[in-house]
Amino acid sequence: MAKAGGKSGGSGKKGLKRKAATEESQEAAVGEDGTTESGVQPPKTAAFPPGFSISEIKNKQRRHLMFTRWKQQQRKEKLAAKKKLKKEREALGDKAPPKPVPKTIDNQRVYDETIVDPNDEEVAYDEATDEFASYFNRQTSPKILITTSDRPHGRTVRLCEQLSTVIPNSHVYYRRGLALKKIIPQCISRDFTDLIVINEDRKIPNGLILSHLPNGPTAHFKMSSVRLRKEIKRRGKDPTEHIPEIILNNFTTRLGHSIGRMFASLFPHNPQFIGRQVATFHNQRDYIFFRFHRYIFKSEKKVGIQELGPRFTLKLRSLQKGTFDSKYGEYEWVHKPREMDTSRRKFHL
Amino acid sequence: MAAAAARWNHVWVGTDTGILKGVNLQRKQAANFTASGQPRREEAVSALCWGAGGETQILVGCADGTVKHFSTEEGRFQGQRQCPGGEGTFRGLAQVDGFGGGGLRIWKVGPGVCRMRQDPARPHIVATGGKENALKVWDLQGSEEPLFRAKNVRNDWLDLRVPVWDQDIQFLPESQKLVTCTGYHQVRVYDPASPQRRPVLEATYGEYPLTAVTLTPEGNSVIVGNTHGQLAEIDLRQGRLLGCLKGLAGSVRGLQCHPSKPLLASCGLDRVLRIHRIRNPRGLEHKVYLKSQLNCLLLSGRDNWEDEPQEPQEPNKVPSEDTETDELWASLEAAAKRKLPDWEQTQGALQARRRKKKRPGSTSS
Repeated sequence: MAKAGGKSGGSGKKGLKRKAATEESQEAAVGEDGTTESGVQPPKTAAFPPGFSISEIKNKQRRHLMFTRWKQQQRKEKLAAKKKLKKEREALGDKAPPKPVPKTIDNQRVYDETIVDPNDEEVAYDEATDEFASYFNRQTSPKILITTSDRPHGRTVRLCEQLSTVIPNSHVYYRRGLALKKIIPQCISRDFTDLIVINEDRKIPNGLILSHLPNGPTAHFKMSSVRLRKEIKRRGKDPTEHIPEIILNNFTTRLGHSIGRMFASLFPHNPQFIGRQVATFHNQRDYIFFRFHRYIFKSEKKVGIQELGPRFTLKLRSLQKGTFDSKYGEYEWVHKPREMDTSRRKFHL
Repeated sequence: MAAAAARWNHVWVGTDTGILKGVNLQRKQAANFTASGQPRREEAVSALCWGAGGETQILVGCADGTVKHFSTEEGRFQGQRQCPGGEGTFRGLAQVDGFGGGGLRIWKVGPGVCRMRQDPARPHIVATGGKENALKVWDLQGSEEPLFRAKNVRNDWLDLRVPVWDQDIQFLPESQKLVTCTGYHQVRVYDPASPQRRPVLEATYGEYPLTAVTLTPEGNSVIVGNTHGQLAEIDLRQGRLLGCLKGLAGSVRGLQCHPSKPLLASCGLDRVLRIHRIRNPRGLEHKVYLKSQLNCLLLSGRDNWEDEPQEPQEPNKVPSEDTETDELWASLEAAAKRKLPDWEQTQGALQARRRKKKRPGSTSS
């Protein structure tokens, strides 16, 4: 009994399949010119009428069986095809055609005419004389004010403190219900160059307003995936006071250039390579990933990195031309979801 | 080469970097023109208007207080004059004849002027308006007092004074009425001929300041744009919203409708010039990326947008086509005698077809 049970259990699906197959062959013995199913069945089976699909079997158990059988067969065929292709490639050796590149959404990105050409003089002039020119000409050095929305909770406060260790020459001030439009003239008079406001909702930070100060643009970001230092696994020790290096990845369009320059102008010009610290703003598919690492070169080609500071993701919502004035300011770019997000292959940054 | 191309531009756009761009929509090309060879931010173009003599001259008002003459026939800047005695940038330019001698008069309009507009039907009438500066209509040949000074609307439901911020003004044709759009998202129609100085009609749209307004060809509605890049068509008879136009991502700086065709040109801070079709169907026609922030635009009001490349090419084309058709004749001698009248017609058609075919492929200038 046990043995028989075990045997049927062991042979499992195949035994059942044979049984099911024979049953079906008895049922569908009428139509003879069906496609024969390959593999395990005895030659009596597989008399299905043409145009028959597995989903038309009304019995759920049998349908499931047929489906799993079909799936296994598909997998076998795929594996066989792969092996054959690999053999052919090895046989050809050097003359093998190059491997086809898989299509990704980043590969298939719709051509954007605003992608900046490095040789373009007009764009170069525009960038050389925009609001960040004084930073890039080394006439001013950054001084940042970090604050939050009113009555911040613990996470936001800790994020502000950690940000101020990451960004050199930055000061955190508690927002005591002051209006931003009143804070801004005071900042300008005290020579601050940038203002960062971290917006909080339901005890977690969810927005970032970055305003370049004398009269510069204001960017409003949506912030997500915020991880404070203690939540980062396998992290290194706290960052030191050295000025970090900056990496700005993938800011290709004109709007991306403006935002990239805005991020670059937060950090002083002279990175201290002794500190081996680097802040990365990586743009991919319109999301900007911020990471802070410490690196060490183990040899000429091998680098080890430790993630240090906070980590968050930003998505640009709007870029406004003057300092913060959401009601009457003029917007250089506004994200409009129903107009701009219609294509999965079109990105703006 | 540049001269020939300059004549066929449909839209002229002034930018923040001091470059005047001529855009040809058939070929989707833009040509840059600067007074000095280099773009300069001090010369940011803040106002454009057609000069004398049809659409052959453009007056360009720059941020440093100079007005430059640009000739579309020759494709270069011809002269400039300094306009001292004022503060701030140009808010409007108007070509006025019969002023003689190059005299300069300054009218005291008041602080915070945002726009000055000339009545196209009566060139000596201008209107000005601004922030906390009510709408005033001036006669340039008359006295220093305005012809019509608008009155603010009544206090609102909290009995507070409604602030005034006229951002753009347009004169309505065939009447003395004016339409303004304000920074407090209102569209108002004033009628100087009526006894009331308050607006005759008021409509609101959106929640952001309206920066530009233009009239549609039929004259019953206006199209307004705001700082968020939203364009809306508002009916002036009832004061209601007819529809919106999508596409802009930045603040609208310049709007102009074609006088006869249902086309609207818009430019803004997102560095793109867009041409929309206003009706049947409402949508985007052309979009041209111009690399600097655009401040103001001028749409050419001429009707023949499609014909331009033909004229310079015809003298070249005719001799070559004659030789080709001669060869045709030679090859079909026998049948030609019988079919003479038909062949002539088809020859004309062939020529026209060849001319048309060559048009897109040819490279001119």
